[in-house]
Amino acid sequence: MEQSYKMYVEVGAVFERDGRIVPKWLKIGDSRYDIERVLDCRRAASMKAGGCGLRYSIRCRGQNAYLFYEDADPGAWFVESRKAVSAEEIL
Amino acid sequence: MRTILHSDANCFYASVEMLHHPEFRDVPMAVGGDPETRHGIILTANYIAKRRGVRTGSALWEAKETCPGLVILPPDYDQYLRFSRYLRELYGEYTDRVEAFGLDECWMDASESCGIKGDGEKIAKEINRRVKKELGITVSVGVSWNKIFAKFGSDYRKPDAVTCVTGENYRQIVWKQPVSELLYVGRSTSAKLKRLGITTIGELAESNPDFLYAYLGKMGRTLSVFANGEDRTPVSFAGEAPAVKSVGNGMTMPYDLRTDEEVRVSCYMLAENVARRLRENGLAGDVIEIYTRDSELRGRTCQHRIGIPTNISGEIAEEAFRLFRENYCWKNPVRGICVRVSDLTGEKQPYQLSIFQNEAARRKQRIMDRTVENIRRRFGDDSIRRGLMAFGPDITPRKRKEQVIHPLSYFQKGNLSGA
Repeated sequence: MEQSYKMYVEVGAVFERDGRIVPKWLKIGDSRYDIERVLDCRRAASMKAGGCGLRYSIRCRGQNAYLFYEDADPGAWFVESRKAVSAEEIL
Repeated sequence: MRTILHSDANCFYASVEMLHHPEFRDVPMAVGGDPETRHGIILTANYIAKRRGVRTGSALWEAKETCPGLVILPPDYDQYLRFSRYLRELYGEYTDRVEAFGLDECWMDASESCGIKGDGEKIAKEINRRVKKELGITVSVGVSWNKIFAKFGSDYRKPDAVTCVTGENYRQIVWKQPVSELLYVGRSTSAKLKRLGITTIGELAESNPDFLYAYLGKMGRTLSVFANGEDRTPVSFAGEAPAVKSVGNGMTMPYDLRTDEEVRVSCYMLAENVARRLRENGLAGDVIEIYTRDSELRGRTCQHRIGIPTNISGEIAEEAFRLFRENYCWKNPVRGICVRVSDLTGEKQPYQLSIFQNEAARRKQRIMDRTVENIRRRFGDDSIRRGLMAFGPDITPRKRKEQVIHPLSYFQKGNLSGA
């Protein structure tokens, strides 16, 4: 299996009235990426990056990617990243 | 016939660590306590380490010797509690009867949900698959019609497996196994049974329960029921907190104790904590128990009913120490002690006074305990101590977050097995 790294990212999200959390954008380095669509949301483990939580399948700049919400205390968002961290490689 | 599942997370602590540290997945790895405070034992090892001879409970140095290159990580209980909660949430989608047995094991009674979710085996396979996918760890699931065989099934094949123990196959699966595989048959019971020529669970099942009763006492009948798959203990509802049945405090000492005096000091130390917690909850109990673990990690429990419910630290300590002196033979030094009070009643409950007991003095001791507690609350735990504490190990039991790590007793709510 290809080794990935866990990269925590800054995320802007909306807390819906029914309790759902919908991510709207994420920030990698200095660039901000708007999330065009959330395709799916389910609890899943990331064996690649090492972690588990709510896995959002998102569409961003025409690319599909996973964004995880780790509902620990404190909760945090992460993406699976290859070592050389540039946003283009994740998305 | 009920459908009971028992799910057991394989090498729970190690699996959670391996999920978060992919770099340790293919190397021998273990989670171990802090060697500085002598909690330096292996708590869980991954399968690679287990295959190379690392055993739960062995000392860290010992483990490193048997398995060079072993990676040892400190435990992260918050993380394990989180995963334990995830597991229970997932189980909760199948039934409202989810009873935890420690952090990593759960029983489920799926009898009512079989109509919707499919039979026991189907549910077990689904749980097994989902845990792997959603949480990234593996579970072994046992399915049977009673809790004992379900637990047996989850231990039978691991990791990541489903075992069904049915009316057709239990004689082949369960009965052929050594008797020590049965819940509540430990080192000393299996030695006793061996003397009777009982070595397998099948032989135990086929023995006359009255004979077992005569030989083992109450537990004899219960074990017979267990071995025959006739256990009727229900699975508790999720979130059902059992009433407090005992209050205890134990710890591994910073060094091995070698004299009676050191043990006595430790008894007082632990008893003060037990008495405080009893008082905080308005309880008193009249069965005093002391558990000792020697440097060979052999544990032994002694208990005595004193006849008058107490929450006086001095009484608890002296009784615990008396039990210790009468029963411990000092073949090995003492590594850990636990003092416990059980058979609890409300402290305001009336009780039969004894003409041999000085009630006025007891009242004074009770007031004294309270006063000492007040002083400690205002000026700190070390502000006032018994004189004898100067002569023993410096062990201030820390007030920690309440955490149930070890499995609770199967008989938490009494013996409901039907024996």
